[in-house]
Amino acid sequence: MDAGGGVVSTPLAALGLFGDAVTFIFQSQESRTGGDAVGGLSDFGGMAWTHLQVVLASVALACVVALPVGLVLGHLRRGGFLAVSVSNVGRAVPSLALIAVFIAFLGATFLNVTVALALLAIPPILTNTYVGVTQVDREVIDAAEGQGLTGAQVIREVELPLALPLIFGGLRTSVVNVIATATIAPIAGVVTLGDPIFSQSVYGDQGKLAAAIVVALMAIVAEVGLGAAQRAVTPRPLRGTPGATRRGRFLPTLRNGAPTP
Amino acid sequence: MSLLPAAPALAQGGFVQDRSADAGGEAGCVARDGVCPSWIADNFDRYTGPLGEHVLLTVVALAVGFAISFALALLAHRRRWLVTPIVQVTGILYTIPSLALFFLLLPITGRGFLTAEIALVSYTLLIIFRNVTTGLQGVPSDVVDAARGMGLTDREVLWRVEIPLALPEIAAGIRIAATTTVGLATLAFFAGAGGLGDPIYADLNFKSNVLVAGGLCVLLAVVLDLLVLLAQRALTPWTRAVAS
Repeated sequence: MDAGGGVVSTPLAALGLFGDAVTFIFQSQESRTGGDAVGGLSDFGGMAWTHLQVVLASVALACVVALPVGLVLGHLRRGGFLAVSVSNVGRAVPSLALIAVFIAFLGATFLNVTVALALLAIPPILTNTYVGVTQVDREVIDAAEGQGLTGAQVIREVELPLALPLIFGGLRTSVVNVIATATIAPIAGVVTLGDPIFSQSVYGDQGKLAAAIVVALMAIVAEVGLGAAQRAVTPRPLRGTPGATRRGRFLPTLRNGAPTP
Repeated sequence: MSLLPAAPALAQGGFVQDRSADAGGEAGCVARDGVCPSWIADNFDRYTGPLGEHVLLTVVALAVGFAISFALALLAHRRRWLVTPIVQVTGILYTIPSLALFFLLLPITGRGFLTAEIALVSYTLLIIFRNVTTGLQGVPSDVVDAARGMGLTDREVLWRVEIPLALPEIAAGIRIAATTTVGLATLAFFAGAGGLGDPIYADLNFKSNVLVAGGLCVLLAVVLDLLVLLAQRALTPWTRAVAS
C-alpha cells in the first residue's frame, strides 16, 4: 500500500487511498496528532458497537411508540391522515437539524441522540403498520369476529400476523435510515462510526474513508438481513405475491378512481 | 474544526464570534445561546446564501434524477425483465448512507458540487423509478386497448394515454424525492457543497441559529412538495373531477 494521503486527484491515487483505508480498519496506526494509536480492529470495533447500540436503542424505542399506535389506528380504520402526514413531515425534517435542535435545547447526551434518532425511525414503522393493518381483507376480519374473537384478539391473532411483512418493510427502512444517521451522532458526543469523519485531524483521510466503508457495509448488511427476515415472517401462502412482500410504497397514494375518457 | 476549509465565513465559527457584536440590545440572550428574535431579524441575510445553495442542490438533483429514472422506467416499461435488476441496483445506491457516499466519492471526484450531486441524485433514482413503474403498470389495460383500437401507435399510446394516467403516481414519487433530497442536502456541506447544513453545523449550540436554518429546510421541503402537487393538479384535471 503506497502513501495516498493528502490531496488526491488521479484515479490511481484514489485506488491507493481506498487500499490505505482498508488497511486502516485492520491495523492501528499512529494518529495524525502523534501519540495514541488510532484505527485497527479494536478501535473500529468499539465505534461499531456504540453505533449498533444507538441504532438498536432508538429503533426499539420507535417500535414501542409506533407499533401500538399503528395497530390500533389501523384496526379502527381511523387516523389515516395522521399516519400519512406523520411520515410526510418526518421525511421533510433534516436529520442534522433534528439532532442539532436536540443538542441545542436538551444537551448532548446518549439519551437525547437516541430519542432524536427514534423520532426519525417512527414514521416508516407507523405508516407501514397502519397501511399493513388496513390492507387486511375485510372478510377475514368479519370471519374472525364471527367466531367470537374480541377486538384485541383480532389485532393480535389476525391483523398483526397478516400485516407483519409490511411492518418488517417499515422496520427495514427505519433501521437503514438510523444506521446512516447515527453517523452524525459524534456532534452530540456519542462516539459512533462517524467519529473519524468529525475528528479528521486525528484520523486523517484514510480514517474518514475507512469509517465510510464500514458504515456503508453495515447499512447494506442490515438491508439484506432484514430483507431475508421480512421474507421469513411472510406467511407461506402470501410469499410470491408481489404486494405482500413489497417493502411498502414510500407513500400510500390514492389513485382517485377510474379516469374518465 | 479544520473540517471545512472550503466554506469560508460560516464554517470558521462565524456565529460564535459575531454574536455579541451583532446582538443589538439582546447580548445576554445571544450569549446564553437562546432564541433571540431580534438577532434572527438582524442576521437573517446570512442564511440567504446557504438557502440558495440548498435550493440549487435540491432542484438540480431532482431534475437529473428524474431524467435518469424516467428514461430507465420507460425502458423497463417495454422490457419488463429490466425492472428487477434496476430496482436492485438503485436499491443498493439508496441503502448506502449519504454521508458515507460523500466520503467514498471524495477521492474520486474531489470536494464540491459534483460529489454532492452524485450522491443526492443516486437517492432519487429508486424512489422516482419505482413510482413511475407502478404508475405505468396501474394504467387499466382496457384503456390501452381502447387507445390501440382507435388506431394510436405504441408511442402515441405511451405519451397520450399511459403517461398522463400515471401522472399522479409519478408526481407522488417526485414529492417524496423532493422532501428526502432537501433533508439529505443538509449534509452536502461535508462534500464542500454548502447548503443550509453549513450554518447549522457552524454553531450547534445556538438555538436561534439551529431553529432558523432547520426551519428553512422544513419550509423549503413543504414549498417544493406543494409546487409539485399544484403542478400535478394542473396537469391532471380529471382526477379532481372524480374526487369531488
